Amino acid sequence: MKTSAQLDRRQFLKGSAGLVFALRAAGTLAILPFSAAEAQSRWPAPRKIAPAELDTWLSVASDGAVTAFFGKMDMGQGVDTAIAQVVAEELAVDVGRVAVIMGDTGRTANQGGASGSSGCRLGANPLRNAAAAARQVFLARAGERLGAPVHALSVVDGRVFVTANPGRSQTYGEMIADGFRTSLDWNGRYGNALTVTTKAKLRDPKQYRIVGTSVARKDIPGKVLAHTQFCHHVRLAGMLHGRTVRPPVANAVPAAVDEQSIASIPGSRVVWKKDFLAVVAEKEWHAIKAARQLKVRWTETKPPFPAMDALYEHIRSAPVVADNSVANFGGHRDYDPQPTLDAIAASAGSLAADYELPFQSHARMAPSLGVADVKDGRALVFSDTQKPHYTRDGIAKILGIEADKVRVIWKPGPGSYGRSDADEAAFEAAVLSQAVGRPVRVQWMRNEGHGWDPKAPPAVISCKAGLDADGDITAWYFRAKGFSGWDVMYNAANPRDTLIGELLGFKKGNAQNFGVPGESYAFPRAVKFWETIPPLLERASPLRTSHMRAPQEPQIHFAHESFVDEVAAKTGMDPIALRLKYLTDPREIAVLKAVARLAGWQERASPGPKQTGATLRGRGVSLNSGFGSYVATVCDVEVDRATGRIWARRFYVAHDCGLIINPRSLQATIEGNIVQGISRTLFEEVPFDRKNVRAVDWVTYPIVEIGDAPERIDIKTIDRPEMPAGGAGEPAHVTVPAAIANAVFDATGVRLRRLPLTAQRLKAQLA
Amino acid sequence: MARIELIVDGQKRTVDADDDMPLLYALRGDLALKGPKFGCGLAQCGACTVILNGAAIRSCVTPVSTVAGKNIRTLDGLAAAGKPHPVQQAFLDEEAAQCGYCTNGWIMTTIAGLERNPHVSDADIRKMLAGLKCRCGSHMAMMRAVRRAARMMANSEQAHED
Repeated sequence: MKTSAQLDRRQFLKGSAGLVFALRAAGTLAILPFSAAEAQSRWPAPRKIAPAELDTWLSVASDGAVTAFFGKMDMGQGVDTAIAQVVAEELAVDVGRVAVIMGDTGRTANQGGASGSSGCRLGANPLRNAAAAARQVFLARAGERLGAPVHALSVVDGRVFVTANPGRSQTYGEMIADGFRTSLDWNGRYGNALTVTTKAKLRDPKQYRIVGTSVARKDIPGKVLAHTQFCHHVRLAGMLHGRTVRPPVANAVPAAVDEQSIASIPGSRVVWKKDFLAVVAEKEWHAIKAARQLKVRWTETKPPFPAMDALYEHIRSAPVVADNSVANFGGHRDYDPQPTLDAIAASAGSLAADYELPFQSHARMAPSLGVADVKDGRALVFSDTQKPHYTRDGIAKILGIEADKVRVIWKPGPGSYGRSDADEAAFEAAVLSQAVGRPVRVQWMRNEGHGWDPKAPPAVISCKAGLDADGDITAWYFRAKGFSGWDVMYNAANPRDTLIGELLGFKKGNAQNFGVPGESYAFPRAVKFWETIPPLLERASPLRTSHMRAPQEPQIHFAHESFVDEVAAKTGMDPIALRLKYLTDPREIAVLKAVARLAGWQERASPGPKQTGATLRGRGVSLNSGFGSYVATVCDVEVDRATGRIWARRFYVAHDCGLIINPRSLQATIEGNIVQGISRTLFEEVPFDRKNVRAVDWVTYPIVEIGDAPERIDIKTIDRPEMPAGGAGEPAHVTVPAAIANAVFDATGVRLRRLPLTAQRLKAQLA
Repeated sequence: MARIELIVDGQKRTVDADDDMPLLYALRGDLALKGPKFGCGLAQCGACTVILNGAAIRSCVTPVSTVAGKNIRTLDGLAAAGKPHPVQQAFLDEEAAQCGYCTNGWIMTTIAGLERNPHVSDADIRKMLAGLKCRCGSHMAMMRAVRRAARMMANSEQAHED
């Protein structure tokens, strides 16, 4: 017997176009009491979002509490604290008064999300200008109320007083009334390009009292004391748990599903829509069991991938679909390699090397998670995505509703360093919720987090140099050939850029992006270009490629900064001296000289003198500029001659990111850049075979652990208060692979040109 | 499904669960705790760590039925008396977290280790914390925090003996 509630549900489901569903034939599927209002009431009401209005960015309560509405997110580097500092500085309040709301599409403007180390360098601009304008509003209001000209007033911590008579005062809270009702100059753009300016005077950076100090990070206590509500803790009344079911062979899709195979699991059912297959259940454990137990016949499909050991040959021989004469982030750059190649051929000496970079997984601490409640043509979605405003747009499209009917509330998640799997479960939860008429929480399992996330694109990078009789460089050639960094686009504004979108028939785009190094080396006849090749599998691929922390830059700089060292070694020059000979950018030169001093660098050529002990020691350097910042890194390594194990024992980092907002957070961020860089350099490579990805957990995809952490990281930050804040989330990370590889060469004389630099690979060459 | 009684941070709690359901789902799902987290479900990362009889265990692979009636300590319960545990205090002092998702595992594993013996070298700490994962690379700050916690706990041990 079915209850009437189940019949209603069945009728609802029949109404969903194209949906194949299965209710358990008999059992105890309970429909819990639930109303949209009940779920909504727990979340703050949406606000009007108009970037040209000051009230969009800031609110002040009658008790003087300040709330900043920030359209980017903190991924764990303390960006929200930095924003609070900027606001407190311009508004002249104690930083403790400022709360920062992040990434709720119902309450914050689309500032582009967490993207390109832009949290401070781009994200702070509207908040800084809004806070300066707000301060001016309060001064004007206080002037009227106190009957004094503005120039006779002072402000301390949100209290405006007559300078000559501090007893006559008004607080911000007393003057806020019904808001600021003040306009700002908005450039009309959304995303990273959004700026607002004000005619109000901004504070002189020389006068900063809050910006530039190590204000305690606002997020740490919640994380340490278990108060923080992560996205994973969101629970909606009547919520079901969803789990997806993935094919054993990539590109296979469900041909038949035996719904009876999970009949023994209470409250579980199948949702099968086009090529997307999932189960939902009342209890999470039952959803997990059902997903494991469900019997599925998959379509027969030809194994889509080359053998793993043929990857780099595949890249070398693959057709080129685009190159950097295509306009993208790096701009349109025509190039002609032939004059360079001719010059190299005509030179007295020359050098050439290829570098090989693997697929790497974002491998977040927890795989994708999303919660969605789709009801009455509206959707409330919780996600830890880096870019919730774009996720809102994409979810609206996949549900077939208007974007203004979708609200995505960002909640903290397990870090995110690029276009990871973060969006995926939110889309799946929304589709499942629409299908079953209940809120749904989807948590990917570990094997999906490694096996089905978008991957950093592999490449083969070829470098060549011509040398004259004196060892001077005559020509320079850099060619990166690899998979596109935009095979999956850098936000989820379109369902085609999600796995479920592809499974539901949204055709993938054809966006092409890689990159070339941008440092200021004045090498004669230099040509630097990239070429992209088709994805290994066009649709729903577990090896689809995307941006991963400092997109393609670790790959590019591993090759380029290794090759600069190879030229130094070939010409018998000290690696830093050779760099200084060709660099032209004063900030690049400054960090390189600073790191040499910090590390106590002794000028000599690599490799160092031959060593006879069991442990071989060496040092290496590398350079990166990007995201408005400049970093030079020296690494000291120890190599165990018997095993080939590399320990990146010490790092020295000179870091110039312009204005420093919070020195302590910056130090922690640089350390994180370095340690994650060690992981990508020494350990990370996605294994696969002809059928599928074989990275399914932390054994098959090892990352750095505490035993491989450095003994010390010494950091020299160069503060430039007169310069705009640059990015800090990526530039130091980029320096790590080449710094380690150059140090290994210095220690052993072995040049490793394929990442990761595993013990096994080094041991094979040491023998 | 069976009714299973748990003792979590000194309090009796009851959950309805399959015998084979991992403890993590009872703690995070049924009891809505925020400390133990799902990271892998395979005992490979430590995000789900709780302390059982003084030992750090991975709640994601521990069937809930096997810990019925036993004392389970969680991150949520540590500061119950209003004061953070010394290890929590050290993590606060050193700001030893980025995203904070793995933090539970590092703190709980450190507590289990240092409560047994706070007199540890760097090499001991590296051994004690082997197997824990942190994707953000907060290892340097966490090393500083654990050293600081060890000093605090060794000093307090000393004070008790004096």
